[in-house]
Amino acid sequence: MSGHVAVSLNVNGVQHRLEVEPRRLLVHALRDDLGLTGTHVGCDTSNCGACTVLAVQADGAEVTTVEGLGSEGNLHPVQEAFWNDHGLQCGYCTPGMMMAAAGLLAENPDPTEAEVRHALEGNLCRCTGYHNIVRAVMDAAKQKSPTVGASS
Amino acid sequence: MSATAETPHVGRPLRRKEDPRLITGRARYIDDITMPGTLWAAIVRSPEAHARIASIESAAALERPGIHAVYTGEDMHDLGGPLPMAWAPPGIEINNPPHWPLARGTVKHVGDPVAVVLGEDRYAVVDAAEDVVVEYEPLPVVTDPEAALNGAPFVHEELGTNKVHEWSLAGGDLEAGFADAEVTIERRVINHRIAGAPIEPRGVLADYRAGSMTLYTSTQVPHFVRLFAALLLGISEERVRVVAPEVGGGFGAKLQVCGEEILACWCSRRTGHPVKWIETRSENMAVTHQGRDQIAHVKLGAKRDGTITAYHVKILADLGAYNMMMTPLIPSLGAFVMGGCYKIPAVTTDITGVFTNKCPTDAIRGAGRPEATHMIEVMIDQLAAELGIDRLEVRRRNFIPPEDFPAAVATGVVYDSGNYAGSLDKLLTHLDQAAFEAERERLRAQGIYRGIGFSTYTEICGLAPSRITGPTGVGVGAGLWESAMVRVHNTGAVTVYTGTSPHGQGLETAFAQIVADKLGVDPQVVEVVHGDTAIGPEGRGTYGSRSLANGGEAVAKATDKVVLKAAKIVAAELEAAPEDIEVRDGKFSVKGSPDKGLTLAEVAGIAYIGAVPEGMEPGLEETTFNDPENFVFPFGAHACVVDVDAATGKVSVVRYVAVDDCGNPVNPLLIDGQVHGGIAFGIGQALYEHVQYDDEGQLVTGTFVDYTLPTAAELPSFETDHTVTPSPVNSMGVKGVGEAGTIAASAAVTNAVIDALRPLGISYINMPLSPMRVWQAIEEAGR
Repeated sequence: MSGHVAVSLNVNGVQHRLEVEPRRLLVHALRDDLGLTGTHVGCDTSNCGACTVLAVQADGAEVTTVEGLGSEGNLHPVQEAFWNDHGLQCGYCTPGMMMAAAGLLAENPDPTEAEVRHALEGNLCRCTGYHNIVRAVMDAAKQKSPTVGASS
Repeated sequence: MSATAETPHVGRPLRRKEDPRLITGRARYIDDITMPGTLWAAIVRSPEAHARIASIESAAALERPGIHAVYTGEDMHDLGGPLPMAWAPPGIEINNPPHWPLARGTVKHVGDPVAVVLGEDRYAVVDAAEDVVVEYEPLPVVTDPEAALNGAPFVHEELGTNKVHEWSLAGGDLEAGFADAEVTIERRVINHRIAGAPIEPRGVLADYRAGSMTLYTSTQVPHFVRLFAALLLGISEERVRVVAPEVGGGFGAKLQVCGEEILACWCSRRTGHPVKWIETRSENMAVTHQGRDQIAHVKLGAKRDGTITAYHVKILADLGAYNMMMTPLIPSLGAFVMGGCYKIPAVTTDITGVFTNKCPTDAIRGAGRPEATHMIEVMIDQLAAELGIDRLEVRRRNFIPPEDFPAAVATGVVYDSGNYAGSLDKLLTHLDQAAFEAERERLRAQGIYRGIGFSTYTEICGLAPSRITGPTGVGVGAGLWESAMVRVHNTGAVTVYTGTSPHGQGLETAFAQIVADKLGVDPQVVEVVHGDTAIGPEGRGTYGSRSLANGGEAVAKATDKVVLKAAKIVAAELEAAPEDIEVRDGKFSVKGSPDKGLTLAEVAGIAYIGAVPEGMEPGLEETTFNDPENFVFPFGAHACVVDVDAATGKVSVVRYVAVDDCGNPVNPLLIDGQVHGGIAFGIGQALYEHVQYDDEGQLVTGTFVDYTLPTAAELPSFETDHTVTPSPVNSMGVKGVGEAGTIAASAAVTNAVIDALRPLGISYINMPLSPMRVWQAIEEAGR
């Protein structure tokens, strides 16, 4: 198709080739083209960053979404902690929070509460007041956690 | 039939049944639902705050590939009526000009919808919408509510006024009360405009096929939407189905019958395609109904010993450009608890609503009660300062005492239960005054002013007793009862159909706990179904902290009916009397012989095989419509510690302690979650959030860059504690808690800031407590 660009993406361990408009957001490519609707758009005004990454910018990249974080019966420690600690209410911000948390713990396995709060600054929640989210991240850190990566 | 002695599940902090789908990204929110042949809708909205629509040219838009249609307000002439406003208070006139899904003739606020573009690609319709050329003839704009009250320009010219309504609630002898007073204080209290801002904006997917309409919508009230979709589209109600999918937060912002819902339905019928509209955040900030926006003149009279004798509140409510479903009612909800926790003999609230060229207001978390609580809790601190009496002591001297409950207050409502001194006492066990003062002293040397503020609140929720709120009472045009159906399946598993419509509250877990205890089963085999008008009885949705007290009571009663039938079946099997059957250790058994009993599965087996006693129908399911006798009144005591940087005006919340009483706890984890979120919402309003329009009616805070929700970095962890004072209103003794944190918090924060800044000569300050405003107050006081 004219005006479209080819993009190669490895998402959660599966290789994909898409033809996208240059302006297509990565989040829309994931959601609408690949059917991975776990990643949510809530802001679209540059606060969380989801609208600032284009699909073409992710060409050749490995992408992990919440669907690749863990699954029923094989949850990532962050997912388990969010569940145990009531770190979610409506669940809409949760995939983003958990991915940000998993990313933090991959780089900083033993963060202080202040470090957790700072790391989550780019993810907005309106339901929880962040209290149990922070608790969940701290609790996840206490367990042996695999790094963020495509899971089988 | 006697009640079970143990409650293995109710009262326990069970992790949620909702969570597996949410934490694996498998939940289906509105944008996750797709249908073949769907047309995307992009809405053309007014950039003007007030204007006549001179012309709309859609030719260029229609030429773009994949664009199917462009419709305007004039095209939708076959609607059954305008969007609803469902409050008709007896004897009160409300100016209610029509509000249409697409504007007709004029636009009244920035974002007012003018046309809709339908096309096959979600990006292309946005391009095409920009190609629609609308010529506007600007009209004079009014944004200041006090100016609006005083005359032209008029938002609705044909009315010759901007006044929407006048409504009063008076109790006791106000004149005598003020005559009795030895000191009177007056303040102008501002409760500024905020947005609900759920992280998921609104969205709809409408699908009309062969005379039937299915509407998926991110809503708190699927049954209300269904009723009005049927009426406005002229489709018989049984052929309209509304489904609330997973909903990403509501906070009142999705308690509405929205123009976009009707618009999408109309477009689907017109085009023969499903029609999908997903709100952008920018749209959400501009046109999803907003909250609060009151200017109040508040007058409090008291004796020298602090006993309050009279309280008069005059509210000017800026309602925006149109009335939406409950717009003018919201301030009145606060009037019922205007006197707060206090035994005040005379309380009067006078409310005037005005139109301005802004987005309409309606219910946003707390809906009238945060405003009322802010006023009384700030005023009681002001009174204490005026009299030189400790602010907690003044509260204690005025608290309605425990022996008064159920307590009829001056406003005419009866508070169900309360123990205000008890929750305050418990709060104080968490505070160390000496340590606080020492720290305050230490920080002062660094130019940091620390303060502590309190808020002892009660509020009115559990909406609602229909005889009080209905057409002959408050005037709401709906019964606010709630329904539940409990169905036991062949295998003893259970499905609970609730008419509530949760969007994060955890009702699938809490209701399962209630049912599991009563039926002697594990909550894991109790599935709670909600949000689909085609499934289960008619319901009334989730808002007003009603789902447990009202909806949960319906679940409890329906389950009790199931237990009654089960007991008769078991009694026949065991040759006992039904009243001798109890549920113990997972079995229906004769009292005293718990091992010789039947599990629910065995009872269901009998019921569905048809081996039931003579004269009894087979099956095992029951329905209840619960109309409560009264509201419920949660209460508590909050303390907020702030640090104010005098050089910058920045306020930081360093500690927040909350003691809340919502009656008997069903799930403490869920309760604390609601308290946390509620407090954050209230702190957000006090310090960070402010919907602002300029003098031309342009929305200044149109994105999250300008409308600053607090992030994890702005907020501390909260300390929560509880007292338990059951409610006599329902069998479980429960109250609501979803809004309580918000209702308490803004006063606690404001009182803390005032406490912090008294050494600098500040004795009163209004919200919003942004750094600029605090800094300006400090500068002014210094002169």
